[in-house]
Amino acid sequence: MNRVVTPIAGSLVQTDTAPSTQTPAWPDTAQASVLEAARLALARDLRLAFRKRDQLVQPLAFYAMVTMLFPLSISPELSRLREVAPGVLWAGALLASLLALEFLFRDDAYDGTLEQYALSGQSLTWLMFAKTAAHWLLTGLPLALMAPLAGLSLGVPAAALPGIVVAVAVGSIALSLIGSIGAALTLGVKRSSALLALLTLPLSLPVLIFGARATQLAISGGPLLAPLELLAALAVLGVTLAPLAAAAAVRISLE
Amino acid sequence: MHDERLDVENLHLWRGDRHVLRGVSFSLSRGECLQVTGPNGSGKTSLLRTLSALMYPEEGRVLWRGQDVRADLAAFHGALAYLGHEPPLKGELSARENLRYWIGVRRRIGSRALEAALELVGAGAWCDRLVRTLSAGQRRRVALAGLALLMVPLWLLDEPTTNLDREGQQLVADLIAEQRARGGMVVAALHHELPASLRDLRRLELRA
Repeated sequence: MNRVVTPIAGSLVQTDTAPSTQTPAWPDTAQASVLEAARLALARDLRLAFRKRDQLVQPLAFYAMVTMLFPLSISPELSRLREVAPGVLWAGALLASLLALEFLFRDDAYDGTLEQYALSGQSLTWLMFAKTAAHWLLTGLPLALMAPLAGLSLGVPAAALPGIVVAVAVGSIALSLIGSIGAALTLGVKRSSALLALLTLPLSLPVLIFGARATQLAISGGPLLAPLELLAALAVLGVTLAPLAAAAAVRISLE
Repeated sequence: MHDERLDVENLHLWRGDRHVLRGVSFSLSRGECLQVTGPNGSGKTSLLRTLSALMYPEEGRVLWRGQDVRADLAAFHGALAYLGHEPPLKGELSARENLRYWIGVRRRIGSRALEAALELVGAGAWCDRLVRTLSAGQRRRVALAGLALLMVPLWLLDEPTTNLDREGQQLVADLIAEQRARGGMVVAALHHELPASLRDLRRLELRA
């Protein structure tokens, strides 16, 4: 069958159809704004995550298992469990977020999405920020929402739970951002998970320390604002610097 | 304002200890199409990636509108569409969703333009199926719809006719012809048998 292909210039842009050599047919005005681009990148990642639920569930299931194995393996004595609760909650959150990091850029690197982002003429930094934000919404936030459940299984008093949720939510922002640098740097590396952990864990230690401290204070009923503020400071530092570094690392990996 | 033109001066590119591009020079002005040929491994993809400024050459430079592309990468990339070996599509999204996100990041597209582009590449019947379930040729057609939607002056195409049937190859030829008629430029690595309308192109032959 011989299909007639009609000229598309008229149907795709609302300008006159006649292709003249004098007036260029490139509509500069139609360029998407950087915020629109970032919104779409975020929406795309969220939609993809809900189509591929296993990647979404895996870190959460890991977190639930780790935090629930501890009370079974140590002792059901509440005072003892409360003592280890901060460490367990945060080590578990750190490892769960590390588990999820591998998926942050890997699929996009394979199928050429990152390449198209880098060649989009849009700020790659903003697009990386959008991707990391999606990653936090898909792992950090659910981890924070799961923390009360994990806390209860470790004998944490109910009054401490709101503080723990806030601490994990804020701390995981920093973890996602730090992780985005590591994930971008290890893009060109085969079997990169060990290297990714090696790069990311040392940088994540401040988050672990302040997060555990905040949790400890929440459990004992002390003032936990100071460690929370430090966590927030780390998150802000991450927001300002990590997307820049991740964008630079992605560009290098594409070369 | 400078007119749209692409000038490539004396590109030398090394990958490891291989001297892939050995002094490639050419110029393209409005409405021209350059066909890059050469055996496998002769550096066709490397040339296209260097032109797109994904790779930096060891020597030589690429000028867009008379200015080194590295001086204003965002402006250059805004004027360029690059299609690699694999269509940049997500298997878990439908063809339509893929285009909406991929092209939407770069420019606003109305749903009417999207329909028109899908119709143009013959994807009307299957544009709501997940890309994972499409054949390689169908995926290629979705990528071509994206190319048509982008409306940018410079196309860099790496084997755009791969996996396409005769009708699809004619579609590539028509898209290129239309891009040229608009005053656009095309650099395409093409080593497949070409539709008749593409046989009179300027050629650049790379040697392995």
